[in-house]
Amino acid sequence: MSDLPAVPPAGLAPAAAEALPQSRFDFLPLLLLAAIALIAWPMVGSSSTWLTLTFAGLAMGMIVFIAASGLTLVFGLMDVLNFGHSLFIALGAYIATSVFAATLGWTSVASLAPTLAAVGLAMLAAMLLGGVFGLGFERIIVRPVYGQHLKQILVTIGGAIVGEELIKVVWGPAQIPLPLPEALRGSILIGDAAVEKFRLVAVVVGLVVLAALLWMLNRTKIGLLIRAGVQDREMVESLGYRIRRLFVGVFAAGSALAGLGGALWGMNQQIVIPQIGGQVNVLLFIVIIIGGLGSTLGCLVGALVVGLLTNYVGFLAPKLTMFSSIGLMVAVLIWRPQGLYPVTSR
Amino acid sequence: MSEVLLSLSGVHTHIGAYHILHGVDLEVPAGQVTMLLGRNGAGKTTTLRTIMGLWSASAGRLTFDGRRIGGPAEPGAKADSPRTPEIARLGIAYVPENMGIFADLTVRENMLLAARDARNAAELDTTRLEWLFSLFPALRKFWLYPAGKLSGGQKQMLAIARAMVEPRRLLLIDEPSKGLAPAIVQNLISALRELKSTATTVLLVEQNFAVAKALGDRVAVMDDGRVVHRGDMASLAEDEGLQHKLLGLSLATHH
Repeated sequence: MSDLPAVPPAGLAPAAAEALPQSRFDFLPLLLLAAIALIAWPMVGSSSTWLTLTFAGLAMGMIVFIAASGLTLVFGLMDVLNFGHSLFIALGAYIATSVFAATLGWTSVASLAPTLAAVGLAMLAAMLLGGVFGLGFERIIVRPVYGQHLKQILVTIGGAIVGEELIKVVWGPAQIPLPLPEALRGSILIGDAAVEKFRLVAVVVGLVVLAALLWMLNRTKIGLLIRAGVQDREMVESLGYRIRRLFVGVFAAGSALAGLGGALWGMNQQIVIPQIGGQVNVLLFIVIIIGGLGSTLGCLVGALVVGLLTNYVGFLAPKLTMFSSIGLMVAVLIWRPQGLYPVTSR
Repeated sequence: MSEVLLSLSGVHTHIGAYHILHGVDLEVPAGQVTMLLGRNGAGKTTTLRTIMGLWSASAGRLTFDGRRIGGPAEPGAKADSPRTPEIARLGIAYVPENMGIFADLTVRENMLLAARDARNAAELDTTRLEWLFSLFPALRKFWLYPAGKLSGGQKQMLAIARAMVEPRRLLLIDEPSKGLAPAIVQNLISALRELKSTATTVLLVEQNFAVAKALGDRVAVMDDGRVVHRGDMASLAEDEGLQHKLLGLSLATHH
């Protein structure tokens, strides 16, 4: 991983051409998303099953996006390969089990309001603690190895192992069931297609996070600094901004989002094991590599593509599920070696 | 002679195993344009990067307006040298050789970044912006386009305009004419002339002697990591023998 493909330097364009530059959005990756869904339709056969799978895929994609969005920014901004990111996902999932255990009275009744309150509380607690532990992780583990990829990989994996053991100390080594609250079980029928209620929640939360991230990145000065820092950290510092402070903030926010993603992931799986972090870690890296390291939009599209493909393949040929995302990554990298939305001039 | 704004004395810089600067002595007087000339590999870019704190000096002393900004701490000194962001905040703007344009951001966003306290484009100083637009009309035209779509010359204009969004005390500009067509270089010279008329202090690295002659008040010539000649730009421009000696034929043939 230390030899990530180098981005070609932004050379001088021929100065002569004065043609009006075109600002065109790159739609091709979105077409890929649509193509996968459309190709899967006739293969699945039944339209209602296809709709159910598509929705499940989008929900999974949204959860993975939430969990991975911090990772891609952390890499983009400081070239930090954080293999400990999945630790905060595990932490979030476990915190959700504790919050659910503490709010059993709210969730046992089948009414929606107290259930959503409990789920909201679980998500908030997962975010808060994810952020706080993220700050500590950055300070103790990541900061001493800035700029050294190999050491980052070793030390963050080590941190993740220690964290996993600490989780076992607090919550025990056995798997913990995380049953969905009564009011979120079951499905809503849209035509013939069954859409699980929880997945609706996941998609809504994912959209809220996406909207907040896009607003922050595109409409605020801090977001502008993050986007600039991902492209050229040295220049941002030369303009007088303390990028390390910004990075600490991004790291904490990314860890908080990982916690949130973990809480949702746990609810989606309905069971939590200490190894949950390791399970999703590979998935997260596949997603951010497919998307283009450092790109938020790429992370979203990558997560949705992986979510859809996993669900279709899981239905059509369950044995190929694990292979499908890695196969997808290989195919995408052959097509676009820098990922779907490459970050320019790094 | 006017007061010295930036001074380097005996500055050594190592990059990894390479010893690049071998004791640079340089003074940049306030309100003037000082040209930093020299062959490829003489250490000009390294000098600018050392001033910005992007590489740290292993020996020597750098001061800006009497304040130490680089070089190893003297015994008993309380604080470390300021890092790059702090150096920039003292009022030094840097236009690197690769221009440091944020290609994915629009021209407006690039400019906004350089105004440290402005939260959005509406908070930019409009009078100053109009002045920059008059110097670099392409920037107004492409205000909302991604900077990566600009031509090489326009990118260079953006890089220089960005350094001037707010008044700065010292501009470090690294080879602005590099790779530009002669007509574009003429535009660049007139824009920098306009800047010069505002008595901004500039330290300008150049390979193009014509640009140096058109803009420089003072000149320092580097060779092999040291400053080997310093004086008035005008006297160097008249003395062809000295040009040959210091810079070689390739530069002197430019005029």
